[in-house]
Formats: sequence, C-alpha cells, structure tokens
Amino acid sequence: MRGDAKSMTVLSPRSAAEAVKAYAQAPAALPLAGGTDLMVAWNLGQWNGRAVLDLSRVAEWRTIKASAQGVLIGSLVTHSQIQAHPVLQKRFPLLVAACATVGAAQIQNRGTIGGNIANASPAGDTFPALAVYEATVRVIGPAGQRVVPIADIFAGVKKTTLKPGELIEAIFLPFVKTPTRGVFRKVGTRAAQAISKTMFAGLIWIGKDKKVTEARLSFGSLAPTVRRLHAAESFLRGRQLDPISINAAAELMTSDVSPIDDIRSTREYRLIVSRNLLVAFLKGEVK
Amino acid sequence: MITLTVNGRKQSFHGAPFKRLIDVLRENFALTGTKEGCGEGECGACTVLLDGEPVNSCLIPVCQAEGRAVETVESLGAPEKLSKLQAGFLACGGAQCGICTPGMLMTARAHLKSGVRVDETSVREALSGNLCRCTGYQDIVKSVITAAKKK
Amino acid sequence: MSVGKNEPRRDGPAKLTGRALYLDDVPIPGCWHGVTVRSSVPHGKIKSIRYDPGFAWDECVVVTAKDIPGKNVVALIESDQPLLADGIVRHREEAIVLIAHADRATAYEAAKRVTIEYEPLPPVFDMEKSDKTFKSFLIERGDLDAGFSAADVVVEGEYRTPSQEQAYIENNAIAAYEENGILIITGSLQCPYYVLKAMKQIFNRDESKIRVIQTVTGGGFGGKEEYPSMIAGHAALLALKAGRPVKIVYDRHEDMAATTKRHPAIVRHRTGLTKDGTLVAQDIEVVMDGGAYATLSAVVLSRGTLHAAGAYECQNVRVRSKVVMTHTPPNGAFRGFGAPQTLFAVELHWEKIADQLKIDSLTLRRRNIFKLGSTTATGQRLLESVGAEECLQRTVKKSQYVSKRKAYDRWNKNPRNPTWKGIGLSVCHHGAGFTGSGEVYLASRAGIALTRSGELIVLAASTEIGQGTNTMFAQVAADALGAPVSWFSVETPDTHKVPDSGPTVASRTCMVVGGLVSRATQELKRAFEAEYGRVPQTPADLKKAAAALCAGAPARRFEVSYEKPPEVAWDDATYRGDAYGVYSYAAIVVDLEIDKLTYEVRVRKVTTAQDIGKAINPLLAKGQIIGGSTQGLGWALLEEPIFKDGVMVNSQLTNYVIPTSLDTPPFDVILVEKPYSRGPFGAKGVGELPMDIPGPAVAAAIKHATGRLIATLPQTPERIASSLT
Repeated sequence: MRGDAKSMTVLSPRSAAEAVKAYAQAPAALPLAGGTDLMVAWNLGQWNGRAVLDLSRVAEWRTIKASAQGVLIGSLVTHSQIQAHPVLQKRFPLLVAACATVGAAQIQNRGTIGGNIANASPAGDTFPALAVYEATVRVIGPAGQRVVPIADIFAGVKKTTLKPGELIEAIFLPFVKTPTRGVFRKVGTRAAQAISKTMFAGLIWIGKDKKVTEARLSFGSLAPTVRRLHAAESFLRGRQLDPISINAAAELMTSDVSPIDDIRSTREYRLIVSRNLLVAFLKGEVK
Repeated sequence: MITLTVNGRKQSFHGAPFKRLIDVLRENFALTGTKEGCGEGECGACTVLLDGEPVNSCLIPVCQAEGRAVETVESLGAPEKLSKLQAGFLACGGAQCGICTPGMLMTARAHLKSGVRVDETSVREALSGNLCRCTGYQDIVKSVITAAKKK
Repeated sequence: MSVGKNEPRRDGPAKLTGRALYLDDVPIPGCWHGVTVRSSVPHGKIKSIRYDPGFAWDECVVVTAKDIPGKNVVALIESDQPLLADGIVRHREEAIVLIAHADRATAYEAAKRVTIEYEPLPPVFDMEKSDKTFKSFLIERGDLDAGFSAADVVVEGEYRTPSQEQAYIENNAIAAYEENGILIITGSLQCPYYVLKAMKQIFNRDESKIRVIQTVTGGGFGGKEEYPSMIAGHAALLALKAGRPVKIVYDRHEDMAATTKRHPAIVRHRTGLTKDGTLVAQDIEVVMDGGAYATLSAVVLSRGTLHAAGAYECQNVRVRSKVVMTHTPPNGAFRGFGAPQTLFAVELHWEKIADQLKIDSLTLRRRNIFKLGSTTATGQRLLESVGAEECLQRTVKKSQYVSKRKAYDRWNKNPRNPTWKGIGLSVCHHGAGFTGSGEVYLASRAGIALTRSGELIVLAASTEIGQGTNTMFAQVAADALGAPVSWFSVETPDTHKVPDSGPTVASRTCMVVGGLVSRATQELKRAFEAEYGRVPQTPADLKKAAAALCAGAPARRFEVSYEKPPEVAWDDATYRGDAYGVYSYAAIVVDLEIDKLTYEVRVRKVTTAQDIGKAINPLLAKGQIIGGSTQGLGWALLEEPIFKDGVMVNSQLTNYVIPTSLDTPPFDVILVEKPYSRGPFGAKGVGELPMDIPGPAVAAAIKHATGRLIATLPQTPERIASSLT
C-alpha cells in the first residue's frame, strides 16, 4: 500500500451546489464517488499529495426517479441499486445485466454509474447498454447544467469531454418501445470478477413485414471508447434478416471498431468473437 | 474526527480522513482479522460489511464510512464458541491457510442474511468476489450450505 | 484411532475468528517499514546511485550491498544470487537499495527519490537462445536405437508450458529485530532452516545468535520456499542498521513482479511404439527457463526430468534436460516442482499417438502403465504401493469416461448445438520426498517432548501453511502412542525450539517428517512402558507418568533422525536407481464444454482418484486434492504471467487471473490407499500430486471437443479460436 493518507486533502460537499463550488475552488481535486477505480490507483501511490472531492454526501445524486419519459439515475447510484430497481429491471434489462457483471458484489455495492462513466475505461461495463438505450448524461459545472449524449461523453482512453469544474449529476434513460430482441453479453477474462475482452449490447425492432425498423448495436472494449455500429445499423434498416444481409452487416463492423492486442486478449480473437456475437444476435440465436 | 459503529460499538477516529477503512480497523481499532491481499478490490480478503453489505475495505477512505455501521470477522463467534457459519467452515474444511477466510465469512454472512435461496449456484455466485488459492472453493461452498441448513 | 478420521483442523478456530496472527497482524513495538529499490533494467552495470538532496534522509535508514557484514549471497544450492545487486544487475526488479522509515508511505516516497543510472548490457529472454546452462541431466535406459528400429510408428511432438504465479493470498512478509544479541527473524515462510542457513552467511553468525520463527502463513505453494531468505536478509540488514525492528511486507504488485514463479518449459518427445500401442522407445528433451540465478533450478529440473517419461514402462528411454539462464527474475519452487511441465508433455502426447495409431489413449495408457514390478526409466523396480492402474480404472468408471466420450462425439456432430463438449484423461506418478539421495543429505530430525506437567508436544520444523500439517502430526503421534489426539500439541516452528526436519516441500511432510514423528513417539511409548510400566490411559495417569519420566527435569525430548531405507539405492553420478522411495499416483478426468460463439471453456466436472498410501485425515487430504487440482485448472485455462522486456506486466490480481468460485467445477475425489511400508500408517505424499495433470486432461478434453490439439498452456479462448481458423 503506497498511498499516503496524511498527504491528502478531503473536500466533503453536502449538496450539488456545494460540490460545484468546491470543485471550482480546487480544480485539481480528484472527484471521488464509490472509489473502486480511484482507490486502486491511490493504493499504488499514484495520487499522493492531491485533494479529493468526496461526493458521497451529495444526497440528490443518489436517487433513481422514474417519469413518463424515462428514468433518471443519479450519478452516485451503485451498480447494485440499479440491479434492484423494478422499473430498470423491466424497461432496461440490458443495463441491469451489465451492472451484474461489474466486478463482484463488493464492487457492485460501491461502484457508481457516474463514476464508471467519468473513469471512461474502454472496458466500462455499462457503456454498451447505455449506448443502445441512447442515454444522456446530465452535467453540472460553473457555467450551469448541460446535457451530453452518451456517445459524446467519451473522448478517448480514460478521457471524457467534461470541461474543467464539471461533474456528472445523473444519467437519463429515455423509454424505448419494447424491442423484438435485446441482448447484453460480456466476454471477460474468467467467469466472474473479470475485465471484458469484448462486450456486446443489441436492440432490434422488426416490423410485421419482417423488415428491420431499427437496430441499435454497440460494442465495448473494441476501441478507445464504446462504439455504435452506425454503418451496420443503417444498412440493416428496411432489410430482412437473411443470411446475406446478416453477413453484410457483420462485414461492416470493422468500419466502426478497431480492437487491439493487449494483456487481456488479441485483436484477432476480439474480432472473431464480436462478429460471432453480432451474427448470432441478428439470427436470434443468442440470449 | 470521524465516528462510525464497528461491530456494534461507537468508535471515533482522529486522523487522516483519507486513511483506508482497512487501515483504521487494523491499526487504530486493533481489529487485525480483516486482511489485505491485493489492495485493488480484486481478492476480497478485506471484505467487511458496511451497513450490512459486503464491500472491500481497501477501497474505502474512512471519511466515506462516517456515521455508518461496519461489521468485521471479530463480530462473529469466539474460538471456544464459534457461530454456525464458522462451525460449518471448521466441519467442512472451508479454511486452509486462512488468509481469505475472514473476508469469505463476511461475504457468506451477507448472503445468508440476504433472503436469497442458499444453494450451490447462489453461494458460488455470492462468493465470486472472494479469491481463495487453497481450497478450490468446493469445501467453502459446502461450509456455507451446511451452516444455512443448521438454522 | 485418530488416523483416518476427519479430526478438525487445529488452526481452524483461530483462523475462523480473525485471531490468527499473520506477520502483518503481529504487534511489534517501534517497528519500521522496509521497502526495496529495484532494478529497472534487465541487464546492466550500475553506474551510480543518487539520493534526492531535497528529501529528509536523516529520518531513514538506507542499506546497500556494502552494508552486508558477511557474504553478499542468498545461500541455497549454489551461492550465485546476491542479496543486493552490487555493480551489476541481471534481471528487472533485482534488489539494489533498501530503505526503512517509521511511516510506510514515507518509506515508499523515499524509494522514489533514489535514482539509479545503468550502463545497459544486452539481455537474453528466450531460453532457447541462452548460452548459459545452470544444470543438465541425462537419463538412459536400454538401447534407444534398437527401440526405434523395433517401432512400427514414431510420433513426435513439442509441448510448451508457461510460468505460473503462486498467488498465495498473503503476500510475502518478514520482520527482523535483535533481542539480547540474537537476531530474530519472523514471518511468512515455509522453511525456517533455509532462512537460518542463509542468515548465517550474510551476518557471519552462528545459529545460537540467529532465531527464525514462523508466523501463521497465508499460503505458500513453493513461493515461500526460498524467497523468504532474501526478504529476511533485507529486513535484518535494515533492522541491525536502524537498531530497531523492521518489517518488509510486499504489496501484490511487488510480490508478483519480483518473486519466484514456476519455470517455463519446452519439452520435445520422439516416441516409438509397436502397432498394438506398446512403448518401445522414448526420446525426450527438456529445456527449462531458470531466470537470472540458479536458486532451486537444478532440483526443479531434476524432478521434471525424473517424471518426464510418465507413469509408463518403456525398455528404451533417453531423457536429456537442461535449465538455462535468462535475464528474468529467477524462477523457483511451485507445487509440482518441474513435474507438471514434463507430465503435461508426456500425457498430452498420448493424444497425438492415439491419432496416429488409431487406438484411443485410454487403451494405450492401460497397455503401458506402471504395475507392481514395473521398472522406471532410472531402473527403479516398483515393488510396493503401485496404485496407478487402480486410479485409472476407478476414475474412468466414476466419470463415465467411455460412454461420455461417445455421447459427446454425437453431440459435437450436430452443428445446431451451441457448444462443443469434451472429456479428457490423464495419469501420473509423483515421487514423494526429496529426489535421489536428497533425503540422506537432509538428514532430517523430528521429535516429541513430554513436559513434567504431562504435555505432549510434537517438535518439527515443518510449517503449517494451510495444508494441515499440525493436525496431521497430532493424529500420527496420537496413534503411534495409542492415546487421544487431544493430548498432543504441535510446537511453532522456531529454530531455537524445534530440530531441523528439513524444508516443507516435495510432498515430504507427511511421509518423511510424519514418519519421524511416529518413530519418535514410539520411542516415547517404549520409555513409558519401560519406566512407568505402561502407556498412560487417563490425563491423571499421564501426569504421573510424565513426572516419572522427566525425573525432575522440566521436559524430556525424544528425537529421531532420518534413516535411509536399506532397499533404496540411488547413484547421483549416473542418475540410476531408486529416484524416490515411493511414488504417489493419480488419474483425472476433466469434463468440459466450449461456447461456439466465444470459445470460453466451462469445466463441468472433475473426477479424480489419487493413491496417497493412506489418508491420515481424509477431509484435509481431499482439501489438498481439490485445491491443488484447481491450481492445475488455473494453469490449464487462465493463468499466464506476461513478460515484456524481462518484467511481468500483468503483476496484479486484476490481470493475472486465478479461478474464482464460478470458474471452478464440482470435484468428485476418490482416495486410493495402497499403503507404503515406510510411510506412517502407510501414507505417501499428497501435496504436489494434484497439481500435476489437470493441464493435460484439459488439453485432451479440448482436443476431444474441437478436434484440435493445442500443445501450449494456458488453453485460452484466444488459442482455441486460432486453432479453429
């Protein structure tokens, strides 16, 4: 353990307004939510001598609110709380499934959805589901509030488009009409407590004429940031899911993702398996 | 000063608010039953219950435990009067080197109290954040199921 | 009788209540924290060591090689490894400077303020390109050329196994301090007398001035066999210079990156068989990567070499082996100790042979397996306790291997099924105790003490590291005396209290040291009978008997030394003879399923029969078997230290993945008990055996499932996917 507690300054705002103010006054402070990423780096001695903006007492960011339009999840809501929420279970099962694959119980009880986004790991487990649900991120900062589509929040590996002084308040999930099929699948380094090699989330709506009305397809861990398969999605719109169209959609995958070799897996494996998952999803063979 | 309840007793901590909960328990409250295995929230050896939920105490600065209830392995039975869960581990071979055991016991305790049906699948799922290198898990799973049956 | 019963683990209650004190739990007043500054190049000359003038060095104690009072060496088989690098570094993470400070975080901060300048030298990372051999062996039996000319087929194969991290959950931790002129070393370790031997040379002290005491140890698996000597030396240097206790507790990253691991290996087989599948020639070549210093490599290679031909009789055998130097951290002991590497090759090679001969590997194994009276590659005749066939038979039957193989063949033919299923088999032997004449050189001692007040205390240096040593010793002693097990306790391994029973390694604790404990207790029994007229029957009787035997002294000790069984003969020069007193045997069947979309492997069931002579405590013995097999499954499917420029880059439990409860299948364990006349109550070794063959059984099952033989571990989804495309 290489972190030096006595070198740290802790700022403990009690409300959103206090948090924004404290952050503006200490722009180098490290925002702390559940700590499941920050504390790992701190234990390795990476953040000694820094100020920490402990958000855990900002009560208004801890709630889940359902409305007629969708569900607003406070940024400090944990992965466990998301899994336990009846409306999320019913209307956003892919997100619930994704949260169940984050670490194990100990991490799910602490890690927060806002912290997960702010950490911006290419392997962030909730991102493909948030991408296909077209979540928006509510951000607050010195210049007030703004709403950022999930696709625009990530700037690269461990980088977001948050501006100096901005904090994530909440994530809004607009209701979607029930899809024909929806799937989340994480392929990790082992059966539990794993970091993903690839992750797939897919929603598809098929009309009475058997033609695709809409497809939303997303992969995590295949690029610096979570990706939607825009090319494949627009290709599929209006087509029937036959072997030729499915194959053509799968061929388009690489125009939106570019996996790498790293210590967890290989580019080759990630491409093969991701393609398999996509094809099986489109064929309706994966649950 | 930070106050928290540890194993049912109110405790105060006067020190750096960013000190990890595990270090405060071990160094300030002399509760060395909670172990550190990795310092990265991966092995679960440092698992304690925070308001009843299993968490990794190596990832929590003590300022985040203010006003909350912490339970550690020391809250369970004593050597001469083991709790049902501990007795299950002793009878079924659930502990070998023992370093993962305190964390394993705390996660298992939360599982037994959760109301979820205790069976092979649910126990393996519940304990998947606690690494053990000695037992291959089978006897741990058996220990928890045996303890649940004794209730 | 206590032997054969599931006596509750002696150390259980303390461990289950959090009261067991591991080193970092022990209150040591005034103790400082030691940290290590390590090499950042794999090979180079140290040009300068600079200390940041802006740091308060007067608050610290700093140690380099020049502070070593005696020899700068970690004494082991060969004295080639320095305690602290002096002038030259030969691997990344080699210790160069030590720092102690009252505050742990400040000590780490100080380490960052040390700058070391190097003149880089070219490193060698590829074991096949190394030009330095630490040790080589040659085993020859029969006439190899004649064997190959009698062969109808010759099958060749090359098999590779990676390193493996022990991943005990308690990281290495040692404290040192001086008390009344005695240097005290205490901590997490397997072999107190190894540490003692190393300290004598480093500090020029005799053993009366050094005392090594084991604390409760959170797993070892070989990883705390020799490396604690290094940490003890470091802690003691700091403590003596600081004039106060110093402890060194590694964090996970440091423990993984700097300490020893399993030797990576390449094994090549050229095998001659007749048409009916009878082995007529085995030509085997083994190369192991020793890392930068010799450490235990010679004996790891020896065990690997002696197991390389497998549990099969063949008249004509040649095994050539060598372990070489590379510029990586030294590899060392890990459960199995070289045998899992060579057994992976010989066992998986059967699948290749099976394809070529069109005879299934079960039939081939049955045809060649060791039986009573078989002769090994070193010319050892197996004259008792040979359970290989029975293990094979019972594992095959219990696992329904034959019918499942057929059923899975049908399942795999249907392209609509979402998975491929496979079932694979392996068999092995594992020599119990030290190799060859090792036990003679060790000349271990153990004993039992009877105190005046009637306590019976087992005295041995064998450490309880989770495997159940203390419980097993108490059971053996109880039955040797014919008294209740509750009368016996086991002394803490402390070099000022217990005799040198040798290291806690090599599956020798129960068979060899347990045997000594049994013999010592029999001497006590004879003393009771001669001097008290009988073995005491009640606690009150024991007190009286103790008073009589001790005759005013506080205690009486009964100690015995190892005696080589007269029938065991071994020649180190020719590598011929009885390599081990006896072998344990195991067979394993792994039943698994592979997802066709993701190539993820799910092990559904493991069935294994293991002949360990006698299970002193069946619950503990099965615990060893399930736990050891799980480490084998981890090595087979998940675990791989990834090295880049000579350093492990996945040195965290997040990226070096070991099995969780969800990666681990249910185990069906069958204990086979073919008693060994020289083992206590017939017991042989159990510690390492279970680690030996999950690897090849997994690979055989994957071959059954997909039709592709992957000759490398781990068999990751990545490797399976590439094998199919």
